[in-house]
Amino acid sequence: MQPTADKIIEDIQKKAAQIGRPLRFMELCGTHSQTIAEHGIKKLMPKNITLVSGPGCPVCVTDQSDIDIVVGLALAGIPTAVYGDTIQVPGNLMSLEEAKRFGADVQIVYSITEAVESQKEKSNLVFFGLGFETTTGMTAWAIKEGLTVYSAHKLFPPAMQALLENKKIRVDGFIDPGHVSAIIGTEVYQKFNIPQVVAGFSGEDVLVAINVLLTQILENKSRVENAYGRLVKKGGNKKALKLINEVFEVSDAKWRGLGEIKNSGLKIRKKYQAQDAEFVHGKLIEKIKKEIRPKPSACRCGLVLQGLLEPKDCLLFRKVCTPNSPQGACMVSVEGSCNVEYRYDN
Amino acid sequence: MAIKNQLATVDFDGIEKEINISLVDAKIGEYVMVHAGFAIEKMDDEYAKEMMGYLGKK
Repeated sequence: MQPTADKIIEDIQKKAAQIGRPLRFMELCGTHSQTIAEHGIKKLMPKNITLVSGPGCPVCVTDQSDIDIVVGLALAGIPTAVYGDTIQVPGNLMSLEEAKRFGADVQIVYSITEAVESQKEKSNLVFFGLGFETTTGMTAWAIKEGLTVYSAHKLFPPAMQALLENKKIRVDGFIDPGHVSAIIGTEVYQKFNIPQVVAGFSGEDVLVAINVLLTQILENKSRVENAYGRLVKKGGNKKALKLINEVFEVSDAKWRGLGEIKNSGLKIRKKYQAQDAEFVHGKLIEKIKKEIRPKPSACRCGLVLQGLLEPKDCLLFRKVCTPNSPQGACMVSVEGSCNVEYRYDN
Repeated sequence: MAIKNQLATVDFDGIEKEINISLVDAKIGEYVMVHAGFAIEKMDDEYAKEMMGYLGKK
């Protein structure tokens, strides 16, 4: 049994006072951002601890060009299937939701299995595969079942590396993601020389994680600790990793906010090119890319994703940008920092 | 609860749903973590029971 929340908070206060200097901890998973907001954890923190959100919202980090390409495919008459949040992300031309209003066939799915079912009736259906290792295994499974996919899948550790290399971002510890870690394990994080802890998703889990990071700082150590051992194993989910490796290969990828990161994306292997939308619709995608006209926007989602700007410091936040009328991806997704901040009013 | 091909009937504290178990080696009676319709990993038995205990006390 874990100690009570009160006891953990007392411990956090003691350790933070002992350390004295200001500390910034970054949670790398959108669901952790939600837990922190839901339980008002930021308000429970001692003055010298700041919690910042990182690039852990899969919909948010998906590059604008990928959104534009899928919108283009949908407008060209190709049936598309997407995870719910994605439909509202504003594209340079329009969002998938607007494309649907113009008559495009855009299906929202909760699980990729629904897209596999739909493809039995619509043979040219394209699924918009996005997200980190948690959903990539599912996409790999679906590709093997015959589903055609446009892959914007990303690997999580290269984004952590990019954050650590950016001197503008000062972080004293990472709260590593829960479900991503269930797939990739904890060993992969050991190359990063910073205090880290893999955490579960309850309020107490996050408090325990913060306490663990403080202990490491007090001891002047940088370890990877697993506070989510009931789910996350050192080597991860070998079966899922094998499936991902069988279907995907590592490639460079563009991230909203972080730009292009070497070896941070996953493209579909040649063996499965008949299910790769980039191969099947190659010419059309080239044409869509040429026609993309960047639309000026004051949205600062890119900075929010790097922990460089708080949602409330964006000029659009709450004024013209709301979950009902999102101006950018960070307000669209329920895991996005702006959406979370809007709903929980911290 | 029941497994047929890659689909397992999972009991979410009373609500039964079909979940894809292609990514894990799960047996009947084991606890799994579900994400977007897939079991992504098996849960530690003792912890899962403890959680169910909390849910039951609600």
